[in-house]
Amino acid sequence: MRFFKRLWKRISSLPVHIVLLGLCLIWILPSLGLFVTSFRPVQDINESGWWTILAQPKGYEEYQEYCAACHGEDGSAITQADLTDPELVKNYRRSFTLLISLNREIDGQVHMSDIPVPDEITTATIASYMRRISGIEARPKFTLSNYIDAITGYRGNSTYLADCESGSQSVDIYCSLRDLTNPRGMGRAFINSLLVAIPSTLLPILFAAFAAYAFSWMDFKGRQWLFALLVGLQVVPLQMTLIPISRLYAQLGLNGTFWGIWLFHTGFGLPYAIYLIRNFMGSLPHEIFESAYLDGASHWTAFTQLAIPLSVPALASLGIFQFLWIWNDLLVALVFLGGKYPVLTYQIGNMVTSLGSGWHLLTAAAFISMALPMIIFFALQRFFVHGMLAGSVKG
Amino acid sequence: MAKNIPGIMRQKQSTPWFYLLPSLLVMAIFIVYPGLNTFYLSLRNIDDSGWASTACKTGETCWGIFENYHYALTSTIMQTAFLNNIKWILLMVSGTVALGLLIAVLADRVRYESLAKSIIFLPMAISFVGAGVIWKFMYNYDTGQVQIGLLNAMVTSFGGKPVSWLTEPQLNTIALIVVGVWMWTGFCMTILAAALKGVPTEILEAARVDGANEWKVFWRIMVPQILPTITVVVTTMVINVLKIFDIVYVMTGGNYGTEVIANRLYTEMYKNFQPGRASAIAMVLIVVILPAMIMNIRRFNEQEATR
Repeated sequence: MRFFKRLWKRISSLPVHIVLLGLCLIWILPSLGLFVTSFRPVQDINESGWWTILAQPKGYEEYQEYCAACHGEDGSAITQADLTDPELVKNYRRSFTLLISLNREIDGQVHMSDIPVPDEITTATIASYMRRISGIEARPKFTLSNYIDAITGYRGNSTYLADCESGSQSVDIYCSLRDLTNPRGMGRAFINSLLVAIPSTLLPILFAAFAAYAFSWMDFKGRQWLFALLVGLQVVPLQMTLIPISRLYAQLGLNGTFWGIWLFHTGFGLPYAIYLIRNFMGSLPHEIFESAYLDGASHWTAFTQLAIPLSVPALASLGIFQFLWIWNDLLVALVFLGGKYPVLTYQIGNMVTSLGSGWHLLTAAAFISMALPMIIFFALQRFFVHGMLAGSVKG
Repeated sequence: MAKNIPGIMRQKQSTPWFYLLPSLLVMAIFIVYPGLNTFYLSLRNIDDSGWASTACKTGETCWGIFENYHYALTSTIMQTAFLNNIKWILLMVSGTVALGLLIAVLADRVRYESLAKSIIFLPMAISFVGAGVIWKFMYNYDTGQVQIGLLNAMVTSFGGKPVSWLTEPQLNTIALIVVGVWMWTGFCMTILAAALKGVPTEILEAARVDGANEWKVFWRIMVPQILPTITVVVTTMVINVLKIFDIVYVMTGGNYGTEVIANRLYTEMYKNFQPGRASAIAMVLIVVILPAMIMNIRRFNEQEATR
């Protein structure tokens, strides 16, 4: 009886698992596709879908059907016609040369004997597979060259490493560490993103901590409505401020400078930052502040010695949020930095429009930009979720 | 909130303002001033040399000084944008909230709860631009035999014709909204899941003992209990959706009938160099968001009252 009860419980919870796992699968497939693709050689990407990586390369089936019977599975069964020999296969690189050979008689016998001769498209596929097994066009299943090309900003038809080895690189590629600073490259953009994001995270938190302390533990006129105003400011759309600020910056010469973007992010991050820290600081037990005061502490000591250290969890949540938000921002970077100091998002946005279907570079570049947020997310998930639950989310 | 400040902590009148000054100053420059300036600019003409009415041509309808609003509210492209934004709101908000709630409820009953939640939440950590690349690849369309985009590969493997998801009118906006749903469901899920955990288990158990099935428990008890949270999530999502820019900018650039308000604003300002029109669009955007802003403040005041 108990067994059946348990079995029934299992069966009745089955739909829950199916729906949930199905949704998880749907959610993870797009990212997985990007991840897998970023490690595939460019020819493979355009030749077959990323989900076929575990299958045999293109042409394998056709080869098995028409050639394997005599030449062997790996092509080396007939010694005088060894298909793993590049010298031999070189003569049959294209479908028509291969077709001629297939239609020719060998020692008075039909080449294909009783197997029908494949049509032209199939022959081309077989030829490409032969080039592959003979080593003429051997390529690994996975490669890091997409990443190297993306980081160095390489845009040629081969790969960065191959071009550098043969000395045929274009004029703006130096084949040295200097390529990490190529303005088209993701390496440079990564550094720019860090240069933008770190100060833009620290500055608003610093300012907000002061203001939040005043809102939590100081009494002054207009406190209530000033804070309500702050709540309202949280939802002001960023787009509304872009035009006046970029005009102001044009007058001050701040367009295209790091200071410009730091200050902008500070201004825009403040309402949410103050709100979040105030909610945390204000809920600290007031007894500790009271007793500190009885011991003769000033506001300044209470702020630096009590409020700040005790609010570290809130500051951490906020820091993560602000950092990711800036790291992932495109619009502000586009407007205030543009191409002068390209950040990751700007660079990728540019690549999407200029490269069209350069998937090997796009996928690698996208993954480079996602790597840091993902690490932060998995390492600090707790803070991340806390920060989100602590209030509405700005955007 | 003044009541919980110990009397002993009274300070000089000026002290709080030293703490507040840096923040207030920066916010005044970067949020308050631009807000007012945007309104002014929205009434000016293309190079800010006169009022917007100078752009009027004789024989055409003119809104005088509000000529930029004439454009922002009645031009064909803006109407497309409004229509699309409504589609975005309807589909993306309902999609993210419904899926978020579903996942929150289901994940609560399994042992791999945190793993499932992480997977759903992960897209929140990446940029819209990154998501744009991911989904552009999903939607990839080839005229040839091989489809390297997953969706078209599925369509063709069932014998269908490959679809050009991002250029097909009507369909393409839906395709973009799917990306938005994929990114933001994790947000809704996290907040709703936290609210669900707050529903007292005794009530749920009592209902189950009384013979209510899970469906009834969900609709009659869980949903009413977390209704305030659902309202908050919906408001936040509406605001977010109204500001949606990056997805459209990266994936279609607003072409093929996928224009939205925020992208139009960018285009007018930085591609067409029409600051007046762009400002008018920004004003329209803030007016649309205003109700949500007021709701936020009211909700905050209620919270403070019960603190």
